[in-house]
Amino acid sequence: MSAAGRTLEIGSSPHFLSGYDVGVIMRNVILALIPTVLFAVVAFGLAALATLVVAVASCVATEWVAGRVRGEPGSLGDGSVVITGLLYGLTLPPGSPLWVVALGGIVGVGLGKSLFGGLGRNPFNPALVGRAFLQAAVPVAMTTYGPAFAPGRFTSLPSATLALPFARPEFDTWSGATPLSRWKFGGELTGAEELAFGFVGGSTGETCALLIALGGLYLIARNMMSWRIPLAMLGTVGLASAALHALAPDTYPPAAFMLLSGGLMLGATFMATDMVASPLTHAGCWIYGALMGAIVVTIRIWGAMPEGVMYAILLGNAASPLIERMVQPRVFGARPARAAP
Amino acid sequence: MKLPGLKTFRHGVHPPEQKSDTCNAPIRQFPFAPLLALPLGQHLGRPSVPCAAEGTPVQRGQVIAEADGDFSVPLHAPATGRIRRIAPMPGIAGRMVPAIYLEPQPGSTQEVADATPCPLETATPDEILAAIQAAGIVGLGGAAFPTHVKLRVPEGRVADALIVNGAECEPYLTTDHRVMLEQREDVLLGIRYVLKATGARRAIVAVEANKPDAAAHLRAALDPGGPVSVEVLGVKYPQGAEKMLIQALLDRAVPPGELPIAVGALCINVATCAEIGRLLPRGRGIQERIVTVTGPAVVRKGNYRVPIGTPLRFLLDHVGTQGELSRVFLGGPMMGAAASSLDISLSKGTSGVVAFGTEDARASQPRSYPCIRCGYCVDACPMFLNPAQLGLLARNEAFDRMADDHHLMDCFECGCCSFVCPSHLPLVQSFRVAKAAVRKANKP
Repeated sequence: MSAAGRTLEIGSSPHFLSGYDVGVIMRNVILALIPTVLFAVVAFGLAALATLVVAVASCVATEWVAGRVRGEPGSLGDGSVVITGLLYGLTLPPGSPLWVVALGGIVGVGLGKSLFGGLGRNPFNPALVGRAFLQAAVPVAMTTYGPAFAPGRFTSLPSATLALPFARPEFDTWSGATPLSRWKFGGELTGAEELAFGFVGGSTGETCALLIALGGLYLIARNMMSWRIPLAMLGTVGLASAALHALAPDTYPPAAFMLLSGGLMLGATFMATDMVASPLTHAGCWIYGALMGAIVVTIRIWGAMPEGVMYAILLGNAASPLIERMVQPRVFGARPARAAP
Repeated sequence: MKLPGLKTFRHGVHPPEQKSDTCNAPIRQFPFAPLLALPLGQHLGRPSVPCAAEGTPVQRGQVIAEADGDFSVPLHAPATGRIRRIAPMPGIAGRMVPAIYLEPQPGSTQEVADATPCPLETATPDEILAAIQAAGIVGLGGAAFPTHVKLRVPEGRVADALIVNGAECEPYLTTDHRVMLEQREDVLLGIRYVLKATGARRAIVAVEANKPDAAAHLRAALDPGGPVSVEVLGVKYPQGAEKMLIQALLDRAVPPGELPIAVGALCINVATCAEIGRLLPRGRGIQERIVTVTGPAVVRKGNYRVPIGTPLRFLLDHVGTQGELSRVFLGGPMMGAAASSLDISLSKGTSGVVAFGTEDARASQPRSYPCIRCGYCVDACPMFLNPAQLGLLARNEAFDRMADDHHLMDCFECGCCSFVCPSHLPLVQSFRVAKAAVRKANKP
């Protein structure tokens, strides 16, 4: 057929694209979270399921409304808000009052993301903004943990879960303690195997270190996650706590306990690596990860709270633009060139 | 294809190579179009000045437009025939450009009018450079920079190594590959001319590892202790960029804003070298060039020796196209330009014509998202820039900050950042706009 008579489309080079796509990356992150989500439901039953469903729903609904207000009705399509919802739900105690879960989701996505202009513009991880808001607003709900693998977890919800907004729910029937609070307030250590496999109490999705690491390794293998950030963060926590433990074994817990307990694995793998709120450059990633690791150790060992991952990541997010400004990539050829012979 | 131990540069990308359709297709001669359209500015620098009047008959090889000073080259008649008009024609970007229309004479023997030969043994370096200019030779890799200017070693500098670029890292293109296989003697003779003209002691022919036959074929003709060697490089885009070649082969980094000669290196495309070896001994000018014509919409894909000035419409009609054409690129898909119409013609810098039908093109325009700061572009940029940051500044038209703080002018528009961007942001395009604005602002 003749090539004649046809209008050609023009465009700027390159005319080839790699096929990487924001939507594809987001879907893979969701995929990587599925083992952790499934484990949460197995370990905590209906309480975890209810928490996660309401967390995702509140985040998605907030983004839907905010997208319309912003004039970007398609903003749900990239899938990022589903990740925010899942991560947010995974950081909450399973069986938190559902109105609290919904409120935190609205605050996290509304104040943490939409207010700044949506995808790509949030200075902080929106899931942790919501979580931090709840930590301040409803501290009792945020520090009341149920035990893992409780009998009857698939048939009934904790009584506080369905409490009415602003009522004072009864938490005490269901209270348990996380390994970190048991150590902090009782000096009692939990074994590394229990922590790695998740036979412990804690937030909905933080308990099984192995499955979290599995998801992270999948994303790293697909080049969809920085490996430097979790390595720097976990490495700093590991080295610092190993050094402290060696100095005073009775005062400071061993490195394995520090690495596997609390929200460190979940935070270092899935939240510190939030692309938007972390530095772009390799050197920046190392500094950012190490900074967060140092804050985690400081808060856990010397602070008043048993856990510090959330604040460490939020502070790391705050420092990220400054870190990046300090370590721009060095342009090709800027290093002293070897002289021609 | 990634082989361990091969020399290469840091960063870069791996686009699909798409060379298998044409890399085994021998170079075939392309017929004359009924009317050739020759733009006067086929090269960087000042356009040629017509020296043959409308209506006059010309012989193939005769100069029809002269060089306008040093930073310019003459234009030779690609065919025996008659000058029809000297008038504007559509240029690649859609703007009209001055051109000579030449009507080849049917039935002519098309014998070439040669000028004075430039024998390798007796010519001085300056005579060789003058002969290169007189032959109308420009960089055939795509940039079309006048070769005699590029090869002139500035006062106080020494050319230590000549790098002959046969990397051909652009997807689809196979012209350099075929030239190395089919014009080995021309390449080697061209290298000897260039070594003599520049005073360089050694030449390294750089070939990417996806062309082992070309490397072996060249090596078979070399003396072991001679000045010419062949080096096989890793397959990665943009391996063929000058600074990347020099880094990979000599482990020298050309400083920002400097030319290769700053580290004692000179680069020349292998097809340009072959033309020097083919044309100079006969005193002949460039009348044709080798073009890879390919892409999903092309029926008879291949490598063709096409007369300069052949209209794109004639070229595509002759090789046959299937379906409706939607996008046609001149050069490779990473750095080539999109043709705005089929009325433009092939010039000295056109290394390839890649045609896509409507369906292929639609798939290549995906949805764009805001920058999510994934850092893929930072890992891809061979110049170690921060394209994400530059893109943000470009959106705010902070062109001065891009240039002053973020090395905008070191971007050579290879397209790696746009290629990997999962948000499909037009990064390179915005850098082009920014660079043009900075250049304009800096002009006195």
